[in-house]
Amino acid sequence: MDNKFETVIGLEVHVQLDTDSKIFCSCSTEFGKEPNTNTCPVCLGLPGTLPVLNKKAVDYLVMTGLALNCDIASYSKFDRKNYFYPDLPKAYQISQYDLPLAKDGYIEVETEEGTHKIGITRIHLEEDAGKLIHEGSIDKSSGSLVDYNRTGVPLAEIVSEPDIRTPAQAREYLNYLKKTLEYLGVSDCNMEEGSLRCDANISLRPRGQEQFGTKVELKNMNSFKAIEKALAYEQKRQRKLIDNTDEIIQETRTWDEDKNKTISMRGKEEANDYRYFPEPDLVPLEINENWAEEIRERLPEMPSVRKNRFIKEYEIPEYDADVLTDSRELADLFEECVTEYNDPKEVSNWIMGEFLRLVNEEKMEVGDTKITGQLLGKMLKMMDEDVISSKIAKTVFEEMFHTGKDPEKIVEEKGLKQISDEDKLETIVENIIEENPDAVEDIKNGKDKAIGYLVGQVMKETKGKANPQMVNQMFRDKISEL
Amino acid sequence: MKLYTRTLSDLKEMLVEERVKLDDIYESISYRVKNVEPLVKAYVNQNEEIDLDELDEKDYEDTYLKGLPIAIKDNMSTENLKTTCSSKMLEDYVPPYNATVVNKIKEAGGIITGKTNMDEFAMGSSTENSAFNPTVNPWGKNRVPGGSSGGSAAAVAAGMAPVALGSDTGGSIRQPASFCGVVGLKPTYGAVSRYGLVAFASSLDQIGPLARNVDDIALMMNVIAGNDEKDSTCVDRTYPDFTEYLKNDVEGYKIGIPNQYFEMDIDDEVKESVMNAVKQLEKAGAKVEKVDVTGAEYALAAYYIIATAEASSNLARYDGVRYGLRAEDANNLNDMFTETRQQGFGEEVKRRIMLGTYVLSAGYYDDYYLKAQKVRTLIKNDFDELFEEYDLIVSPTTPTTAFEIGEKRDPLEMYAADIFTVPVNIAGIPAISVPCGFDNKGLPIGIQLMGPHFKEEKLIQAAYSLEKILDLDIDYPDLEMEV
Repeated sequence: MDNKFETVIGLEVHVQLDTDSKIFCSCSTEFGKEPNTNTCPVCLGLPGTLPVLNKKAVDYLVMTGLALNCDIASYSKFDRKNYFYPDLPKAYQISQYDLPLAKDGYIEVETEEGTHKIGITRIHLEEDAGKLIHEGSIDKSSGSLVDYNRTGVPLAEIVSEPDIRTPAQAREYLNYLKKTLEYLGVSDCNMEEGSLRCDANISLRPRGQEQFGTKVELKNMNSFKAIEKALAYEQKRQRKLIDNTDEIIQETRTWDEDKNKTISMRGKEEANDYRYFPEPDLVPLEINENWAEEIRERLPEMPSVRKNRFIKEYEIPEYDADVLTDSRELADLFEECVTEYNDPKEVSNWIMGEFLRLVNEEKMEVGDTKITGQLLGKMLKMMDEDVISSKIAKTVFEEMFHTGKDPEKIVEEKGLKQISDEDKLETIVENIIEENPDAVEDIKNGKDKAIGYLVGQVMKETKGKANPQMVNQMFRDKISEL
Repeated sequence: MKLYTRTLSDLKEMLVEERVKLDDIYESISYRVKNVEPLVKAYVNQNEEIDLDELDEKDYEDTYLKGLPIAIKDNMSTENLKTTCSSKMLEDYVPPYNATVVNKIKEAGGIITGKTNMDEFAMGSSTENSAFNPTVNPWGKNRVPGGSSGGSAAAVAAGMAPVALGSDTGGSIRQPASFCGVVGLKPTYGAVSRYGLVAFASSLDQIGPLARNVDDIALMMNVIAGNDEKDSTCVDRTYPDFTEYLKNDVEGYKIGIPNQYFEMDIDDEVKESVMNAVKQLEKAGAKVEKVDVTGAEYALAAYYIIATAEASSNLARYDGVRYGLRAEDANNLNDMFTETRQQGFGEEVKRRIMLGTYVLSAGYYDDYYLKAQKVRTLIKNDFDELFEEYDLIVSPTTPTTAFEIGEKRDPLEMYAADIFTVPVNIAGIPAISVPCGFDNKGLPIGIQLMGPHFKEEKLIQAAYSLEKILDLDIDYPDLEMEV
């Protein structure tokens, strides 16, 4: 830690809200469609067209605001942010300027130094712009094409207070945001598809000084890791400038992932004057108590609350609760299964173990698997009832994971049923005793370990289907009779 | 029988009573257009898609407008028909969709016969700002028809269309109606959908009808007024059948005459004619009182700040990227933007974009835009208070009759032509201009009746009464002789 200087970081996060249709028209928001197919006269900004607000986008923003402890404005409005760019068909973006929908919130992140509170200045609703596609590299390209599919996708802009003190905290903040938004189901927060974008402001000031130092804006970071790296780089760069008594210039810098450094993009004087003014094509947005209350009631349980409940209600270790509540889907799977099979720790073991192992191995998302709580619960019951062994269970589980088939059916189809029939096992046990006189002798002499070896032989013979406890007991009985 | 001289209501009745065939109407109007249009130049584009041979009145029997022709200003989007806004920027632009009013006309069985000339992007008061050609006032061939809906007013006055739609941001329906001796109504803001109307100043723009009598205004309002889910500023309410208010009855009407308006620079003949009309209304049973209005002297300034501010943003989309004009051979993106806009926009449009950009700029916003909004609130509240006591406020529509083409070179002088009409847009109230006489040059004079929000029926009844009382019996300017 730098004893002399303190780092001050604020983040501006843009999140695409996962509504079916765009914010001001009925075009689909689906990602990855043929360029310019998700468009209409409205989102193309054709002369004479007018925006009509998608209420769902407002709902999602209010949900986000509530989850981040914000005040929801009973009266807010939209404004036009004016600038020229080919991906902006109206040459203005409909956004919110002085009266955002949500403000004055906060989140708490856990860091090595303890709980750290980060303020949320505001969250406002706006429309996304299109995307430029350059043939070849941008500087050598002979022409550029524009895809307006993304134009008009609803965005929430979440602006933090300059309360973040380290690059690691910035990452924690983003993790928290992502988790929360995914929990709410308002965004998939996929940075690769551009549904979450983040700019950062960073400055340094002598410890104890209240006034902020000259800030630099960082852009073009494509992962949480890149954001942390860019901030760390910039922190170092600014510190060096201070040490050399060089001036820090207020500017926008872009992160170059390949070169691992920030590069100056434009200075303060080149900044746009956006000439904001109230959007005359939309009426002010009034959210009455009922609307906000209705949304509040629909809010899902937030990750930290759910984690604590899991520890209390299911008596599972904090570590388990933490992992299980990492995503809403995982936590849902856990609870769904516990209602079916009331041994929370056992369920947790399976989800954290086999389930997550397969998810990682197959590079899948939790929601994409075929496993349900009912299926897993049923399988665990079959283990208890000695229908399958724990070894066979893993095979059954993997099959369920891929196909979503009923475990009973899998066991039946694949002939995996545990052999608990003493008559069937007797011949095998007797054969094994005959074939392994040395081991039998050892057991007689009190070397109990050898029983494990004999049981293993039976399991091998039965392809894992024999009931191991039963076989164990049978060996003990038979050998003592010898 | 010169069918082109008939009003929409007359033609409708004649069709219903089978006294005339739709073909005959179209033939008469085509004949008139052929004779008169070369002189008047009211149209930018005629709808070539109409096949008169295939026109079958049976198809329209059950419709409200019976297949009758309607002209519309060239700033309302028409699918498959050029919508130029009389600008080089959109000279070849064909919209892929219809404005809501266009759909409403079509659904009501009206046929759009052409797109009328206008001041470029509706910016102007004379139609001289059309990038293509000025339109000539049928009442005097060296006179402007007013603007910006000059083409619509001239087409109706010259008998080239029984009715037309215009748009009114600061007087663009009423002022040309007054100059051309026709009736023009600017409805309440929010009464008619703006969807598909190419925006000039979104918080002020409103579509309305121009016609040769008040009956036709009522008829057209029945067609175009109403909520539209595509326009958030449209108001969801039910409207009466406006034709039921075509009654010659002003008994008990309370009319306010604003002192401050009449203290302004107005032609004597205009003042006289308007006061005479007011006297006639009084005689017919209306109660007339002088009233004081607030903010009249600031209305024009506030208007030109708000309108240009919105325009600077609304017109930013014409950048050459997607449609319309694109400058050739630009070296880079910024050059393409700049060159396109340099070439595509006329002088007045550029002036207003610059004004609007200036008043919204950092450091000036509070002094201009914000202050103008305060004036707007003041004017609005003042009208609201007046209408608690009065049914109508009456003034001249314009301070002068039609001026000469090329006469007004100073933009500020031109802006002053809107002095009585802009407060109406600022307040969002409805107002109608009705012919009330002629000056000694034979040019029409118009009187403006202003009413409370969503009380168009009050205006229609008073305007209808005035029309009957004055009984001007306006004949057609004898244009055919001059061709």
